Amino acid sequence: MSYQIKKFYQTGTLTAGNRLLPSEDHCVQTDPKRHNSLDSGHRACQGCGEALGTRYAIDAAMKATNGQLIVANATGCLEVFSTPYPETSWRVPWVHSLFGNTAAVATGLAAAMRVKGKSDIRVIAQGGDGGTTDIGFGCLSGMFERNDDVLYICYDNQAYMNTGIQRSSATPAAARTATTMAVGDSPGNAFGQGKFLPTIAMAHGIPYVATATVSDLHDLEAKVKRAMEIRGARYIHILVPCPLGWGTASCDTIRVARMAKETGIFPVFEAENGEVTSVLKIRKKQPIAAYLKMQKRYVHLFKKSPKTDVIAQLQEIADDNIKKYGLLEEKCS
Amino acid sequence: MKKSFAITLDPGTSLANHTGSWRTSRPVYTNFLPPCNAACPAGEDIQGWLFHAEIGNYEKAWQSLVENNPIPAIMGRVCYHPCEDSCNRKFIDEPVSINSVERFIGDEALRNGWSFEKPKPSSGKRVLVIGSGPAGLSAAYQLVRAGHKVEIHEAGSMSGGMLRFGIPKYRLPREVLDAEIKRILDLGVTLKLNTKVTNIPEAMKAGKFDAVFMAVGAHVGKHIEIPDADANKVMDAVSVLRSMEGEEKPMLGKRVVVYGGGNTAIDVARSAKRMGATDSTIVYRRTRERMPATVSEVDEVLEEGIKIKWLSTIKHGGESEITVEKMKLDDKGFPQPTGELETLKADSVVLALGQDSDLSLLEGLSDIKIKDGMVEVGSDMMTGHSGVFAGGDMVPSDRTVAVAVGHGKKAARYIDGWLRGKAYILPPKHELASFEKINPWYYSDAPRTARPMIDMQHRQSTFDEVQGGLEETIALFEARRCLSCGNCFGCNNCYSVCPDNAVIKLGPGRRFKINLDYCKGCGLCVEECPCGAIKMVQEDI
Repeated sequence: MSYQIKKFYQTGTLTAGNRLLPSEDHCVQTDPKRHNSLDSGHRACQGCGEALGTRYAIDAAMKATNGQLIVANATGCLEVFSTPYPETSWRVPWVHSLFGNTAAVATGLAAAMRVKGKSDIRVIAQGGDGGTTDIGFGCLSGMFERNDDVLYICYDNQAYMNTGIQRSSATPAAARTATTMAVGDSPGNAFGQGKFLPTIAMAHGIPYVATATVSDLHDLEAKVKRAMEIRGARYIHILVPCPLGWGTASCDTIRVARMAKETGIFPVFEAENGEVTSVLKIRKKQPIAAYLKMQKRYVHLFKKSPKTDVIAQLQEIADDNIKKYGLLEEKCS
Repeated sequence: MKKSFAITLDPGTSLANHTGSWRTSRPVYTNFLPPCNAACPAGEDIQGWLFHAEIGNYEKAWQSLVENNPIPAIMGRVCYHPCEDSCNRKFIDEPVSINSVERFIGDEALRNGWSFEKPKPSSGKRVLVIGSGPAGLSAAYQLVRAGHKVEIHEAGSMSGGMLRFGIPKYRLPREVLDAEIKRILDLGVTLKLNTKVTNIPEAMKAGKFDAVFMAVGAHVGKHIEIPDADANKVMDAVSVLRSMEGEEKPMLGKRVVVYGGGNTAIDVARSAKRMGATDSTIVYRRTRERMPATVSEVDEVLEEGIKIKWLSTIKHGGESEITVEKMKLDDKGFPQPTGELETLKADSVVLALGQDSDLSLLEGLSDIKIKDGMVEVGSDMMTGHSGVFAGGDMVPSDRTVAVAVGHGKKAARYIDGWLRGKAYILPPKHELASFEKINPWYYSDAPRTARPMIDMQHRQSTFDEVQGGLEETIALFEARRCLSCGNCFGCNNCYSVCPDNAVIKLGPGRRFKINLDYCKGCGLCVEECPCGAIKMVQEDI
């Protein structure tokens, strides 16, 4: 496991880093000289998980590569809120082309750097779940199977938020979106559809795949650092709650991501060469209903006659994850 | 700059876009009142001194602690620690062992000979403190530090008041008591033993004192008549405990019955056991739940093999026994007799039914009000007689060491203000840092460490100190269990979790500030602050 909790720093063990921790154990984000790859003044909503997640990840990558980094960006919220012509919030070399070709653009950037003999310059491609799991999936799969030297980061907020919250193939079952309205016999997004891209990436046998959330900064930064130590195709999938699309309070972005991890509905793990190598254990297991209740996109499950069968189905998905990835600490007998 | 085809504008930074204009409420860094501090009768800034102890700077922790309480090694042994009862950590696992850390820091100070800060320049004023118990010592310490000349007049032959004559050695070793008193005297306080004040105006005139703080305590044991009892075999608890300090130990016999349910009853019963009593029994008229003694004290007394007869009163005495009557509680919780009788063998009966103050020194001061045997004081601790203040057990309040130390400090502040002609104004209290303000996620599991205790045989037969101190590593561990409720401990969470880079880090120990040009008011910093030191405040719009 790349990140281990340091014991006996009770007041600071799980914080970004307090005065009791030696500076090497602090998160990159605590550094007053952190790069701030995504600068202030961007137009993301209050409490945006994606804006937070991207600064966490790119700042960590900038530190890992000593600032030798180019970023290719897919179309989506991240591109729109950061770079309305002629302004930009990016403080890294940054390219935007089309919605679906980001992985291919990144592949080209990496090839160009290699040809120019500048292989110390590293390339990251990034996009939302729409640009990654739907529109850009063909280019991404190609990048994986050729094992191109690119880290692809997907910021998963589980729908097309920028255009008005339409369903993507990463939208979870039962969630309300503008295209999966909470009407009819089985309201919200259908069960049995969609895909979990991290396992598809693993199936390509690429050297490194990881998931993370914005609720555990130490873990997220350690994974980006680890990814930058490896050459070849790498994939990190970060859960970034969207206050607008999920119907959560802007102050709850991190809390709801934490609940996704603590319920098991979003497994946080690391895999190398197609095999899971570590998981971030659940600290205090929570029932799925507690997670769902925080979000207005599931409010139809908790109306006058609560849809207990649907909630039970979602609980089952979480429980399956817990079993499959071993998310609970083994009980000492 | 050469522009590409169809591009007319130069690229710019988003810093031109002040997103702060979106905001409807703003985060504000605050210091809330930690519940431990709120509960401390001595007014200690517990979170404040633990903060220094957490990094192992025990001397700074001690200096911070003694701002409010000059006797931490004593307090770390005898205090009933209401701070721990209110500690927010109890909602996560168990309260922080504040009392044991206080003792550790107090002992470190004695071991290393740390000394108090030098007093302020002399004010030229003189204050008489009557009584050298915890209230008197605390007041003397605060007053001498404020620059006044202080003389303590003590009626007894030894200093310490109830610390010496009320608390047995097995809870407070005398070398600790003596060392902490000496440190106060070394600041320049004059102590006159065997000097009973009988007339305050005369004493003030004789000593040219400008103000007086009375803290004579409550040393007169309450008495009841037990029918048919041999008067020689009935003693009062205060006298028994006091005589324990002298050469002539009290003759209690083998079978001792203690009558009462407070901590004094417990102290006597435990002392009797240590002096060789085979049967030491406490008789109390109500139930265990209603016993005024501290829960941990009751546990310890039972561990040491001392029996407690609940719901019992002493009906009458006899040759070498007493007769007790069983009681039952009525609807209002008052004990009522049942008529059921029982005989207990008893060589002596010790009455521990509470204490009164000897207020003979107030004769002639008709403007000082006395109610129920206690002196009435205002919120400034001043009696009805101008310039005469009072505190400790002789005024109405809980009779504990911590309360006495708090009274001494409070009185000293008002006396200082009164002497300088500038009335002391109590600063307003911060809002309480309740557990709802805490984000418990960020605190890892760390159960409390137990204090070591000496073995039972020693506990039952000697006056050796029962509870041991903590080792350095364990004291450090305990200090670090503090949640720092409502006060920033520099964890960098707010700085890290802001999606808009709108938190400015001011450098080590200098905390943070919000950049209102860009803060959108999402509230993530408030929510993810572990200790709840930030609050959201509505903007005026």
